[in-house]
Amino acid sequence: MGFAKKCPIRTKYAVQLILILTSVVFVCVGAYRGEAETVFSKAIRLCLECVGIG
Amino acid sequence: MVSLGKFLKKRNSVQIFAAFLTNIHLPNFLKGVLYNGKVKRLCVPGLNCYSCPAATGACPIGSFQAVVGSSKFNFSYYVTGILIFFGVMFGRFICGFLCPFGWFQDLLHKLPTRKFSTKRLKGLTYIKYGILLTAVVALPILLTNKAGIASPYFCKYICPQGILEGGIPLSIVNGGIRATLGALFTWKLGILVTVIILAVFFYRPFCKWICPLGAFYALFNRFSLLSYHVDQHKCISCGKCSRTCRMDVDITKNSAHTECIRCGECVEVCPTKAISVRWGFEKTAEAKKTTNCEKS
Repeated sequence: MGFAKKCPIRTKYAVQLILILTSVVFVCVGAYRGEAETVFSKAIRLCLECVGIG
Repeated sequence: MVSLGKFLKKRNSVQIFAAFLTNIHLPNFLKGVLYNGKVKRLCVPGLNCYSCPAATGACPIGSFQAVVGSSKFNFSYYVTGILIFFGVMFGRFICGFLCPFGWFQDLLHKLPTRKFSTKRLKGLTYIKYGILLTAVVALPILLTNKAGIASPYFCKYICPQGILEGGIPLSIVNGGIRATLGALFTWKLGILVTVIILAVFFYRPFCKWICPLGAFYALFNRFSLLSYHVDQHKCISCGKCSRTCRMDVDITKNSAHTECIRCGECVEVCPTKAISVRWGFEKTAEAKKTTNCEKS
């Protein structure tokens, strides 16, 4: 916490890098697990709950 | 680091363009069918129902619930990764510039009626975090049927965007859908009408109080590459920026406020040009100034 207060710009820079890296890793892991196909199969069909049919 | 001051002045044009890109298959409204190309594997940055006939990509909130609510997964790395990426790149700039439902509320608020402040309703801004945690994350994970499948609770019971973009246009052109509408449609239509009425009198009520996507991006305003800066040497504390802000933010007190949608109105009204907008890493001149911070 002390470092973050003393060096806010460096802390922010480090957090940004970590978050970008995390996002890339997450997307790759998710795509590898087949989550993108689950998203795709849901997105191309009419979502009955979304449009209020149930 | 890129300065974005001039870009902010074209906000309405950017919003129109973003809404068009997010819903590029406009002829599908007449056909009553959904686009089903490969791009729908990707999530769009704003709140945009994938059951909108014109939708280009998948709604991130709907996609997250679809994955965690499926029998195969309990968490979506894919959608969370995409959302973190959007968040760290832009923060709530997405709400201000790229979200079609945000733009829709902006248009409603332009109707010439008396407008009301939401400054005394700041406590309601925490509702959206509760909705994110419960309706989007917890319930689809925990409340499943025997097959391990859960409903997309936020999309089903709260989100008015599905009715606006999907339910209403599809029921107009498709008699089969029209015949199946019942109590759930009426409930969601009631929410949509309430949001529309509120948006005429209050600025962006859905974004401020309800939207779980806005809640997620709000967490990234502090760390996003797109950032606001207030030059304290130039600031004359006139208060024009906080009086102008319709999201009830005082940018001079906290330039990374969670409610700031980066609309740029404070930048435009500042008489001394003390507020600037930048996109990129800050590890440049300012970082060099603080290079000895470890030693101090």
